[in-house]
Amino acid sequence: MVERVFHRLARMTGTVKAFVRHYTSSARSLLIDMDNNIISIENAVVSFRERIALRSVSLEVVSGEFVGVIGPNGAGKTTLLSLINGLRQPNSGRLRVLGRSVNGGSRHSLRKEVGYLAQVENIDERMPMMVRDVVMIGRSGILGLFRGPGKRDWAVVDEMLELVGMSHLARRPIGHLSGGEQQRVAVARCLAQEPRLFLLDEPTASLDWKAQSEILDLVKQVHDKRHLTTLFVTHNLDAMPHTCDRVVLMKEGLIVDDGTPDKLITTESLSRLYDMPSPIVEERRPHIHVKES
Amino acid sequence: MDLSIFGYQFMQNAVLAAFLGGIACGTIGVFVVLMHMPFIGVAMSHAAFAGALLGLWLGFNPLVGAFVFSLLAAAIIGPLADRGGLSPEVSLGVIFSFMLGIGFLFLGIMPGTRSSALELLWGSILTNTGSDILVLAVVTVVVLVLVFTFFKEIQATVFNRKIALSVGLPATIILYGVLFLAGATVTASLRSIGGLLIFSLILNPAAAAYQLTYSMKRMFILSATFGVLSGWIGLLVSYLLDVPSGATIVITSSIIFVLTAIFSPKRKVKRWEEKLAAKE
Repeated sequence: MVERVFHRLARMTGTVKAFVRHYTSSARSLLIDMDNNIISIENAVVSFRERIALRSVSLEVVSGEFVGVIGPNGAGKTTLLSLINGLRQPNSGRLRVLGRSVNGGSRHSLRKEVGYLAQVENIDERMPMMVRDVVMIGRSGILGLFRGPGKRDWAVVDEMLELVGMSHLARRPIGHLSGGEQQRVAVARCLAQEPRLFLLDEPTASLDWKAQSEILDLVKQVHDKRHLTTLFVTHNLDAMPHTCDRVVLMKEGLIVDDGTPDKLITTESLSRLYDMPSPIVEERRPHIHVKES
Repeated sequence: MDLSIFGYQFMQNAVLAAFLGGIACGTIGVFVVLMHMPFIGVAMSHAAFAGALLGLWLGFNPLVGAFVFSLLAAAIIGPLADRGGLSPEVSLGVIFSFMLGIGFLFLGIMPGTRSSALELLWGSILTNTGSDILVLAVVTVVVLVLVFTFFKEIQATVFNRKIALSVGLPATIILYGVLFLAGATVTASLRSIGGLLIFSLILNPAAAAYQLTYSMKRMFILSATFGVLSGWIGLLVSYLLDVPSGATIVITSSIIFVLTAIFSPKRKVKRWEEKLAAKE
């Protein structure tokens, strides 16, 4: 009798949970659809002890956009990304990401929907993990506690490895891979998360020219194929993806300009951004392929 | 060889303590090795030692003092490493030296003989009581159940804490949990192995397992196995040569490490990859 009551209660709780999950996710989608904004930041200020990293930054990113964020070191680009995926809280200002308010509360659930790719990490070559296990980390968050990966999860992992051209190395130790290969695996890990928002923080730093260009192509390819909203941060003009929909220029914790690449990737604006004489910037400029309209 | 001694209760307790302590220390050692925090064992064991001395001095159960102090150390190390702008090694080093100071202070002001205090420093696996074994068994089971239940979260956190956080895992809670487990393991093994030697039983089996496998699951199993083997072989050698058991256990674990490092397949990466390619 008691057992039956508990069983029924458990089923009811499950139904209520599913109902709440369905409607909160629908409400969230509705919120996003209302203004089509995936990211909405209003006057965000972030400071670390005495240093102000972001000074009243406002930014809106709509669904499906590929936004490049450029700026010199210390401009606040990484802080901006860590604010968006909830790894950091603003001192003041309002923040909505994927229909959720990021001010206060648990941000674990938000991070499950945000793929975050940082620069190449120094992985110990003896690390006891295979490439497949590393990609599975991407699914750990969405699987939740007490649930191990099932057949479907491994199928997703294999599919993502195939997508980034790494399936032939799936059963190799992660530490045996080159920097470029490790970064491809990291892209697969982010995609295994099935994210709606993709944040990339200098993902090509410390890679050679060939690996750099391969990762940039791959990022653009997965952005298009998986209909993602992407923010790509870099201080290096060579490492800018070939085709951005929009470019945001940052300097000293501020967004100094925001517009289309053909408007902003000019000798004058880049010289102002990097405080460098225009001939030097001009030398770097030809490497950037502005999206053709 | 006369092995009739293993028929006595105290020796059976010692064998059981070596088994349980080997598994618990070997399992915790995997975190210590993979998270590059070798100081954790030293800091925790000295905290436990200081707490146990306080217990002896004030007349309450030393195990309780050891447990409270090592948990306190764990509670300080985590946030200090996270928010203090210090690396975990530095915060562990600070805690270690502080606890060592407190431990020797208690030792200095403690009235009467210091034999039971020194026993905690060197360990005495042959004097384990039934309740010591029970505490060790409970801690070992808790460690194993938690590692088994949260394996994917632990694997992600150990691989890279920043990545674990970014995919939505509570990586900070997992790190603090590992520190607490390390504290509990050190406390439970303090009487058997001793505050000075337990560090090696945490580090050596895991470092040996690290030489042999590219699978984290296998590394946990190998490390626990090496921990148990170190305890059992050390105990046997201690009996045969009539030398202190804590020392032989630790020396055995060091020899296992040296052997695995010499014969590690990871030293021959090319040959390993050719074998794998042939299999594929």
